[in-house]
Amino acid sequence: MNQDVIKAIEQAQLKTEPIPEFRPGDTLRVHVRVREGEKERIQVFQGVVISRKHGTNSPSSTFRVRKISSGIGVERVFALHSPMIAKIEVVRMGRVRRAKLYYLRGLSGKAARIKERRRV
Amino acid sequence: MVNGLIGKKIGMTQVFLEDGRSVPVTVLQLGPCVVVQRKTNERDGYEAAQLGLIEDTPKRHPNKPTQGHFAKAKVPPTRVLREFAVLEGENPTPGDMITCEIFKAGERVEVSGKNKGRGFQGVMKRHNFGGGRATHGSMFHRAPGSIGQSAYPARVFKGMRMPGQMGDKRITTKGIEVIEVDAAKNLLIVKGSVPGARGSLVMVRRGSAG
Repeated sequence: MNQDVIKAIEQAQLKTEPIPEFRPGDTLRVHVRVREGEKERIQVFQGVVISRKHGTNSPSSTFRVRKISSGIGVERVFALHSPMIAKIEVVRMGRVRRAKLYYLRGLSGKAARIKERRRV
Repeated sequence: MVNGLIGKKIGMTQVFLEDGRSVPVTVLQLGPCVVVQRKTNERDGYEAAQLGLIEDTPKRHPNKPTQGHFAKAKVPPTRVLREFAVLEGENPTPGDMITCEIFKAGERVEVSGKNKGRGFQGVMKRHNFGGGRATHGSMFHRAPGSIGQSAYPARVFKGMRMPGQMGDKRITTKGIEVIEVDAAKNLLIVKGSVPGARGSLVMVRRGSAG
């Protein structure tokens, strides 16, 4: 019974609008709400998903996106159900053989390419 | 009306705040509680209200004195009784119901409970002593080391940190922020951790900015 109470609270934290399905290796455009003083605007973070953690239906579910920004590798961890995420777009689906693509950190340029996954 | 409430720890999770931050929270089921007895300056020498925690399971086999105590307040016997300070100018009377509505989101509270019992533990676990090297023939691993000098003072000082019972002790965490109050479900959601195992008894009191 007690765990039901916790589940109900967690359920209320989750997003109601559907979140697109994506896997490590996919390229995403994450629309992030950025607050500057009083004004709020949307910033887009585009990159490759290199890991997903803690499932999909928990307030603690997260995913990690890596991109190369002006020659420097940048990684951001987003909470999947965070209210700061306005929208997630899947730009490209990638075919990879690992759940965590941390090896991409050591690669650059041509070596860091990911094969495209065909829709099934 | 009163300064606090009795409740139970349900468990921990995490929630998103409006500004997008995600915070760890503990969910507490508070009350509802009923005032069983009023302690007054004239009669008892101090001001307090004795609260009983209303649960699904009633008190089993209350003895005659206990029955009389609850009959006086015209409430069914409860398993848990605790005293709380009375707020200035308020006068709760026996039979009054108190719910978690006495707390507001954003307020600071302190939470008391019995922490998890760890049994008889050595100094490394109990007092965070460093211990010695595991290897290279040190022959000194988890022992406490020196506990004092020889001829003078020729005794071990009181309070010397040594092995012994760890946990299962009343602990109060202060300055805990209330994130949400759900009066309909009698839930209080507070930021961070709270002493005790899931399902253990806690007392939440208003106050202390921490």
